[in-house]
Amino acid sequence: MFKLIADTLLSQVRTLWLVFIKLFQKKDTVEYPDRKPYMFPRWRGRIILSRDPDGEERCVACNLCAVACPVDCIALQKGEMDDGRWYPEFFRINFSRCIMCGFCEEACPTNAIQLTPDFEMAEYVRQDMVWEKEDLLINGTGKYHDYNFYRVAGKKIEGKDKGEALNEAPPIDVKSLMP
Amino acid sequence: MNLEIGSPLSIGLVLGVVIITAALLITVERRLLGFWQERLGPNRVGWFGSLQVVADMIKIFTKEDWIPPFADRFSFVVAPGIIMSVVLLSFAVIPFAPNIGVIDSNIGVLFVLAMASLGAYSVMLGGLSSDNKYALLGSLRAAAQMISYEVFMGISLLGVVALTGSFNLREIVEAQNDGWYIIPQFIGFVIFLIAGVAESHRLPFDIPEAEQEICSGYHTEYSGMKFGMFFVAEYIGLVLISSLITVLFFGGWLGPNFLPPIIWFSIKAFGFIAFFILLRAAVPRPRYDQLMSYGWLFLLPVSLINLLVTGAIILSSQ
Amino acid sequence: MAKIVIDGVEYEVNPDNNLLQESLSHGLDLPYFCWHPCMGSVGACRQCAVKQYRDADDENGTLVMACMTPAAEGSIISIDDEQARSMREKVIESLMISHPHDCPVCEEGGECHLQDMTLMSGHNYRRYDKKKITHRNQYLGPFINHEMNRCITCYRCVRFYEYAGGKDLTVQASHHHTYFGRHEDGVLESEFSGNLVEVCPTGVFTDKAFSAQYARKWDLQTAPSLCTGCSIGCNITPGERYGSLRRVVNRYNSEINGYFICDRGRFGFDYVNSDERIKTPFARIDSKIKDLSDEETMTALEGYNNSEVIGIGSPRATNESNYALRSFVGEENFYAGIADNDNEAAHLILELSKDKAFHTPSIKEIEQADAVIVLGEDLTNVAARIALALRQSVRNKAKELAKDFNIPTWQDAAVKELAQHDRSPLILLSGYSTRLDDIASDSLIDSSEILTQIGAAIADQIASKNVSAPIDEEKVSQIAEQLSQAENPLVIAGTSSGDINLIQAAANIARALCERKGKPINLCLTVPEANSMGLTMMVKKENTLGVALKKLENGKAKKVVVLENDLFRRAVHADVEAALEKCEGALVIDHIATATTEKASLVLPSTAFSEHEGSYVNYEGRAQLSFQVHKNLDSALPAWRWLSADQFKSVEEITKRCSKELQGFAKLSGLLPELDHLVAGIKIPRQSHRYSGRTAMKANLNVHEPKQPVDDESVMSFSMEGVPLTKDSTILGASWSPAWNSNQSISKFQEEINGELKQGRTGELILERNSDGKYLEINNKKLDVRSGLKVVIAYQIFGSEELSAKSKSIRGRMTGAYVAVSPSDAEDLSLKQGDEVNLNEDEGRVIVCIRTKIKKGTAAVYCGDNEIDRHALGGIVTLNKCENKVSSHGIQGLIVSDLYEEAY
Repeated sequence: MFKLIADTLLSQVRTLWLVFIKLFQKKDTVEYPDRKPYMFPRWRGRIILSRDPDGEERCVACNLCAVACPVDCIALQKGEMDDGRWYPEFFRINFSRCIMCGFCEEACPTNAIQLTPDFEMAEYVRQDMVWEKEDLLINGTGKYHDYNFYRVAGKKIEGKDKGEALNEAPPIDVKSLMP
Repeated sequence: MNLEIGSPLSIGLVLGVVIITAALLITVERRLLGFWQERLGPNRVGWFGSLQVVADMIKIFTKEDWIPPFADRFSFVVAPGIIMSVVLLSFAVIPFAPNIGVIDSNIGVLFVLAMASLGAYSVMLGGLSSDNKYALLGSLRAAAQMISYEVFMGISLLGVVALTGSFNLREIVEAQNDGWYIIPQFIGFVIFLIAGVAESHRLPFDIPEAEQEICSGYHTEYSGMKFGMFFVAEYIGLVLISSLITVLFFGGWLGPNFLPPIIWFSIKAFGFIAFFILLRAAVPRPRYDQLMSYGWLFLLPVSLINLLVTGAIILSSQ
Repeated sequence: MAKIVIDGVEYEVNPDNNLLQESLSHGLDLPYFCWHPCMGSVGACRQCAVKQYRDADDENGTLVMACMTPAAEGSIISIDDEQARSMREKVIESLMISHPHDCPVCEEGGECHLQDMTLMSGHNYRRYDKKKITHRNQYLGPFINHEMNRCITCYRCVRFYEYAGGKDLTVQASHHHTYFGRHEDGVLESEFSGNLVEVCPTGVFTDKAFSAQYARKWDLQTAPSLCTGCSIGCNITPGERYGSLRRVVNRYNSEINGYFICDRGRFGFDYVNSDERIKTPFARIDSKIKDLSDEETMTALEGYNNSEVIGIGSPRATNESNYALRSFVGEENFYAGIADNDNEAAHLILELSKDKAFHTPSIKEIEQADAVIVLGEDLTNVAARIALALRQSVRNKAKELAKDFNIPTWQDAAVKELAQHDRSPLILLSGYSTRLDDIASDSLIDSSEILTQIGAAIADQIASKNVSAPIDEEKVSQIAEQLSQAENPLVIAGTSSGDINLIQAAANIARALCERKGKPINLCLTVPEANSMGLTMMVKKENTLGVALKKLENGKAKKVVVLENDLFRRAVHADVEAALEKCEGALVIDHIATATTEKASLVLPSTAFSEHEGSYVNYEGRAQLSFQVHKNLDSALPAWRWLSADQFKSVEEITKRCSKELQGFAKLSGLLPELDHLVAGIKIPRQSHRYSGRTAMKANLNVHEPKQPVDDESVMSFSMEGVPLTKDSTILGASWSPAWNSNQSISKFQEEINGELKQGRTGELILERNSDGKYLEINNKKLDVRSGLKVVIAYQIFGSEELSAKSKSIRGRMTGAYVAVSPSDAEDLSLKQGDEVNLNEDEGRVIVCIRTKIKKGTAAVYCGDNEIDRHALGGIVTLNKCENKVSSHGIQGLIVSDLYEEAY
């Protein structure tokens, strides 16, 4: 009984002591606005739309990011260029809903949508949290430098005819009897 | 104007210092908690965060003071006023220094205990009038907890009273000239400390307002300055309990002569305030049933034994 | 019923079916590509491999194709078997060798049978590192996109195309060069080409109109709806996104459309998004337009609420709206909004539909007919789904032959091989060569007077009376013989010929058959529009449009309320104009601007078919309910709300009242879904559980999201919240089942493959047959003796229907008005292909189209999109050649089999 009381009491006292001496130890806090923390490249912050190495929009408006989004904060509409390229007619992210989960980036088949290490996104007006394609689209490839979806896809676009994509044979001549 | 007991200057000093201390404690607590949790705490406003309290005050005064339409208006408004006034009234009998104090009462100890009991009404009214399930749960818990721990608090004091032979707090301080009561009444001190934490429902015994379980308990529906009053009253209560411990067990203003008595009192009292904050930083909250059984099954017998032994020793030494 | 064991579990199956069909019927997941529930098995894709065991002791088993193996009594098979699984995985791996990396930019993505099957069979990594085969695409017209790279050579497209009677989509080349396309770029000719989108298991054929305003399947707000393109009442699922209607797909109904709809139904919905839609109520005061406020509208409407107002109903409005107008003006003042001759015919049809001697066949029953005679109808162009069903009916001969040889009917290739060109008899009597000529056993082309005489002669022949035929009597007796020999003969006629005598002749043929066989005979009589039957049932026979116009013109009626109707399509233009000019006020309630709204003094906007709930009655008297898909964003209301908003809170209330008060509509309220079928009273969502962009689609307008629109009326909600009735198909919009994202998931909702939907309704047949009819007297009108050509009205599937003609993609297939003449008449009048002529001096300019099969002395006039005043034409027309050409469109794109080539 006394041992139990002594043990528990001493344990409490020890706890108090251990917490008390923290007073004299180095603190973990990084004083953020004065000192910027190192942001890892794969940090999930502000979302951007990137361009492919040729400078064209990477987004093909496949809608996968929108359907992956758990808070449904991405809305877009597919459009089509004259040469057959798909692109988003509008692409809207409601950042006041976004939870920076990164599912959209994981769902994106063309590496177009990417999360960046920028997290300083506070606004005084809530309406400013709604970003359109003009706000999201950057002039670069983001984290993935080489990928160009249309070089791999079978769809014909300007400057890439049928059979010119990666690992494609030239188009078949239906009228030929050769094997 | 002379600085003597009951003089307007003295009263003003007590009232001003207590409220300002309580307000400053908000900052002090946040910073100390920060340090003990390996953080820095608020350090942006003013020099090392010293003006944080001003920012807090501005915020709390400019917030919408909303009374829920479903609440009972009268008791909802009255509740925070009650707690604020009873804790402030308690300071009337506290002897800060030989010449500082509001009254010199022969029933000082009883007065403090009586005021503490009245505090329970505030919490109950606040919770019941809110018409909110969390507030109701919080106020039920608060009532049970405060009434229970008052018992041990009172009994633990009786040792000190018996040794002094008086309920007068000034006499209790003066009686410690030969040695602080912490030594003969160590067990009484420990019980009083624990009961004091429970009485002011500070962590780890903040069961009536446990955020994680019942969403801030009895003051869930409060906002603006009414919430502020509950908030400040808690800190004043903290100062009160620290002052009482100083008076009852640590010889009040007594100390070597190189510092004036009021400074000795302040140093001791602040030490306990810091200790309470340390408790908050270090000790987790028990369950409600653990708190109650600990009180009735452990503290009650121990405090009674303490009183019995003290009485026996006093009798034998006569 | 036979018992078979699949993976240790015993199932009761139909031994006439194959293992694949029965597995799917029992809800098992077995991948397949080339098999289609409607087209049988060919065993081309090797995807449905299962293990079959000789008996219970056999441990090794043999791999067989489930689709090619009968579900014979005692079969023991395993779908789960390791070897079968591995085979299926490897088969799909090889099918995918050349499949491009296209899913993100493919319209099929998300509802792709290939995606589903790949996942189901477990293939996930491409090991083949050689070059992919590529193909060049073709231009296939305004409906269909071609992306040949995605093909997995399952042959479904060409098999469907053959099913639909198309000739211009074929498989070309051989081995791994196989190519599915036309012989050259060009419009796909079949009127059912849109079904390729649904038939193709991957994205080779995709919906071009949808692609221009694309949204993934899960993003479309859908509800069960009905096609309003013709009187068949095909079930469809329209899909809406961001406030505009995006596409229409087929919705399975075992009795009506099954798996296929025509292109008019699929692509003709676009008028809903048209700029010509009427958005707000407006008044026309001294030919100036004034938009009305709510209060002004109500006051203006009040002016029509007296006894001197007559109402003109509409065959394209719902029963509810027609009923509301009928109550608004009173039964006496409620007139039919159909052309007078159509009205007469429609009432005759209604009468015949109550006759015990006949049975009106559903599309499914038409497919089972084994001898068919069509009198005067160009079915492909007026009721296309029947034409598709007739193409199946002629195959019944093949099925009969197959039975003799013990070949199961699902053995598609074998059955076709066996039958070669043997077909069940299909006799066409028409004014010009129709698109069904290629499968007809006899095609008799002449003017409707002669056709009536032939019809009457056939009836007499069957009834063994004296026959006087204008043609070879041997032919007549041969046809009569074919019809009387048949187990299940079918007679088809309708209103489109414009000649009631043909309907009478058809009824007489059917009656003669009935007398001979002693059982009700299938008599299918088509009406012009989606709700012509419903309207006809509501209107008194003598309340014709002609009477109404007369009344307005001579002032017996002061004002008129026109419900969703363009009167200029229903009567002679001059008469309509005179009536509207004379009357004191004309209130037109319509959703789109028409020639009639141009003349109206008050116009109220109503909702289009996808914007309201309502019921329609199709040609067979089948009432069906069409649900609202999306909200109208302007101030349009369902027409019945304008007329009786204060009486009825919801569409259900008016439907119930309608069924209570109207004679013949008693069963209508049975269509309404019962609320206690809902799970815990929670409504059924119109949006899929994957619906995306909810918190962003309107964020550009205001970051504070508006509340979802509430639907107080229906059992469905405009939301993704709620409980979809996953197995109860009464209210099944887009079908989806776990692992089955494509439209093939419908098998999960069927009682059995090709059967009824689980707990689903196929509509209510509201007409009761209780009268005994007799032979009809055919009053052949006196032959017009004026000189000129006898008029036969011609139709086009794309253009003849008012609303679909406003759709953008349909416009890509429309031709201008034309007159078709025989080569010898053309020579006599010295006309050439493509010349412009004036009809009767001043009745409009049309293009000349010389067709070889047309009878000398007749002229088939296609009026275009109401370019020619059809009702003013009369029976005889003279053609006067115009020297200069002014018409903007010619007859390019006109698809007829007998175009006279030499002139070009």
